[in-house]
Amino acid sequence: MTVIVLAHFLVGSTILAVGRKGPRLAVTSGVLVLLASFVSMIALGRRDTPARDTWAWIDDLGLSIDLRLDGFATVMVLVVSGLGALILAYAASYFDHDRTFTRFAGVFVLFAGAMTGLVLSADLFTMFVFWEMTSIFSFLLIGLDDRSEKARKSALRALLTTGMGGLALLGAVALFQVGAGTTSFVDLAESPPSGALVNAALVLVLVAAFTKSAQFPFHFWLPGAMAAPTPVSAYLHSATMVKAGIVLVARMAPIFGDREFWRWSIVVCGGLTMMIGGLRALKQNDIKLLLAFGTVSQLGFMMILFGLGTPSLTYAGVAHLVAHAVFKAGLFLGVGVVDHTFGSRDITVLSGVGRRMKWLAALAAANALSMAGVIPLLGFATKEKALVGLIDADDYVGGLGFVALVAVVLGSAVTVMYTLRFFVGTFGRRSGATDSEIHHGPGWLLVGPIVLLAGISLVGGLFPGALGDLVRGPAKSLDAAAKGYLVLWPGINAAFLTSLGILVGGLVLWRVTRSRSWSRTLPISGERAYDMTYEGMLSGSRRVTAVSQTGSLVVYLVATMLVVLASLVVALARSGDLSVTGTVVADSWQQGLIVFSVCASSIALVVVRHRFVSAALLGVAGFGVAVLFALHGAPDLALTQLLVETLTLVVFLLVLRQMPRRFDAAPSWAPRAFRLGVSLVIGAAVALFSLKVFEARDAVSVGDEYAVLAKPEAGGRNIVNVILVDFRGFDTLGEITVLATAALGVVSLVRMAQRHRRFHVDGEFEHEGQVTT
Amino acid sequence: MIGKRLTVLDEADRWLFRTLMLVSIYVMFRGHNAPGGGFAGGLIAGSAFVLRYLAGGVLRVRRSSIVNPTRLIGFGLVIAGVVAALPVALDEPALSSHIWKFSVPVIGDLKVVSSSLFDLGVYFLVVGVVLTVLVHLGSDPLRSEP
Repeated sequence: MTVIVLAHFLVGSTILAVGRKGPRLAVTSGVLVLLASFVSMIALGRRDTPARDTWAWIDDLGLSIDLRLDGFATVMVLVVSGLGALILAYAASYFDHDRTFTRFAGVFVLFAGAMTGLVLSADLFTMFVFWEMTSIFSFLLIGLDDRSEKARKSALRALLTTGMGGLALLGAVALFQVGAGTTSFVDLAESPPSGALVNAALVLVLVAAFTKSAQFPFHFWLPGAMAAPTPVSAYLHSATMVKAGIVLVARMAPIFGDREFWRWSIVVCGGLTMMIGGLRALKQNDIKLLLAFGTVSQLGFMMILFGLGTPSLTYAGVAHLVAHAVFKAGLFLGVGVVDHTFGSRDITVLSGVGRRMKWLAALAAANALSMAGVIPLLGFATKEKALVGLIDADDYVGGLGFVALVAVVLGSAVTVMYTLRFFVGTFGRRSGATDSEIHHGPGWLLVGPIVLLAGISLVGGLFPGALGDLVRGPAKSLDAAAKGYLVLWPGINAAFLTSLGILVGGLVLWRVTRSRSWSRTLPISGERAYDMTYEGMLSGSRRVTAVSQTGSLVVYLVATMLVVLASLVVALARSGDLSVTGTVVADSWQQGLIVFSVCASSIALVVVRHRFVSAALLGVAGFGVAVLFALHGAPDLALTQLLVETLTLVVFLLVLRQMPRRFDAAPSWAPRAFRLGVSLVIGAAVALFSLKVFEARDAVSVGDEYAVLAKPEAGGRNIVNVILVDFRGFDTLGEITVLATAALGVVSLVRMAQRHRRFHVDGEFEHEGQVTT
Repeated sequence: MIGKRLTVLDEADRWLFRTLMLVSIYVMFRGHNAPGGGFAGGLIAGSAFVLRYLAGGVLRVRRSSIVNPTRLIGFGLVIAGVVAALPVALDEPALSSHIWKFSVPVIGDLKVVSSSLFDLGVYFLVVGVVLTVLVHLGSDPLRSEP
């Protein structure tokens, strides 16, 4: 399994790197990888015990990459790889082989790898890793046309929304790890944990699933994602990636689905998603957008099926997931052909497409009828199963089952309506309009995948038993109690009558409302809420920055000093005893002399207003300290201090010559007094603290130990140096990294200043700037 | 150049630059057993460049350093990082020291400690930092000089 996932990444990155030289070969290799995945997963998935690959990552934290091919994972991988191969082959003919094509193919294969990993994940952490990968690849694919502002914006919106869900999932991983001690689905199922932490984790899981699978109130990013080319929409945004949230819920529902808040949020959000998606689909003129809102609606439907997690609903969910992936991908590919052939996707422009391309209309009809749930297509059998499960759901979830049933019935009726709008709008004739012109006819690669998908919808509908048997194992792998079967003709029962009611109701409502234009918009929409949040966060952070980062050195210094002061005061207060004993004024007269000169220069430093003089006085203080080190028998420190002091002085002078000679005129007395007060207090606190620190020592000096170890362990006699390069080598490594970063900071600041001047001051300095950069 | 060219500085630079460089290398290597080390050595080399800068300005400093100062920083950081990380590859804690002893015919017994190599990285990095700051802050006054 791991090999298969890695093969995707290898081929995908290879295509990105060198695919430009041979686009045809690149696509072929991509299709081959997906087919290899398809075939090998069938072979692996037939085993009785699920194949499992575990790779330890960070043992101490219990993190590992854990892949497991149980029945459900097998079905999902087959959907991912099978549809992936078909759609990639389709795309080879759909795209012009321009500069974006190889990027598309490469990222597409990478995405397929990430999605395969996601559905194979045996624990939440592994799923999170692949989850984030799919978000990123989706971002790249939505923004494939990087010259279009709309595409870029939609891509960012999708990334931020799903990224928020990713963060929620990470939170859930952490909470599960803390609250339950594991994130593995199998372990969680064996001994379901409970408690406040687990409930919080479940809320985060729901947020993650709702964002990824475009559930209300996060549904808005999915229609925006239609800025991507049609093959991308068909694959990521209808068949695979948006199912990731469904997969997550499907894994969790059998374990945790009996909680009230879980069921209610699933039914409420899923039901609203189903309705809103369907109703907004009715307003669309762009058939691709119409299908996108249809996908939103269907995702809400599946969310309810998996989220309630009763035995027959889980079964119906798996079956419908497959049916949906087939018919929706087929429809999207059909839209791609229409767009490619007639140069438009607008139902107010298209006319007579059905007459011009009868075969395409027939193929689309098969998939569209499956979407509406008309006998004898696959969508009928699976939706029938779902209705049976919902009618029986009272036994498990009480009155909530009825709420869910009503939501699904209404949503399905709307589904029938938008299916009709889609089909009639695309393939029908508008009165008084001439038939659309065929710009260029589609090749066999464009048509082949649609034939196959429509075939599955039809044959699967005529002989649903076979598919029904195939998905039973996968459903049982989610929930051992899952049960069910698919039939073509269920007989006249409650579910069948409901189904019939949905169809008739949808048809009648469509006839009635057909001529009405649905221009009214809701006062609040997800997009607007998103935009307002986004803008609000940007301007809010600007405001916070403006308040907290004033750019005034004085404010920064005072803030730093006050924090230091607070910590010192706390430390001193906790010791309680402020008396200082055993203080010696000076060890020798030399020491006294040096300390006196250091103090004198420091005081003078505060008083003088000339910058150069103050820098020099600073140097005097520094050299004094160096001499103190030397007097105390620390030649290494003294040497280094001396050198650092010299170089600092030079650097100071280099900078100071760019600045005014004198400090600014003294501000009025109030701020001056404040600064003086802060300085005096902090000075006193630091002095007192230093004195107390020497008294407080009760541990043995580490120096003695180092002195013994220096020669045998590190082979050096200079303890200071041995400490620097060996005993505390990591500190040194950190310090030199800081030093390097600071130097690079200087470089970029100077360059920035030069560039600024070149742009803003007249050309006089232009020459100078260019010489030095 | 900051000010006028001074003969004193010119001569000092001519005589002292090489000496200071040699001293810096000496200080770096003796560091393991006597006062000195990569940091001090690097600073001495840096001050040699400062002297050269005072005498001849940025151009002369640039001409006398063979490599780009920024690259020198990276070079030093890489050496130190590799020396620190290499023991991990040998399944030892990072930064473990290794001591090799040779006896070379004319010179006598030689002892090489792997942490000296670490110090060499520090040396290069410090020289690079001083040079970088000197070249960038020393050239092209941000305010025009009359």
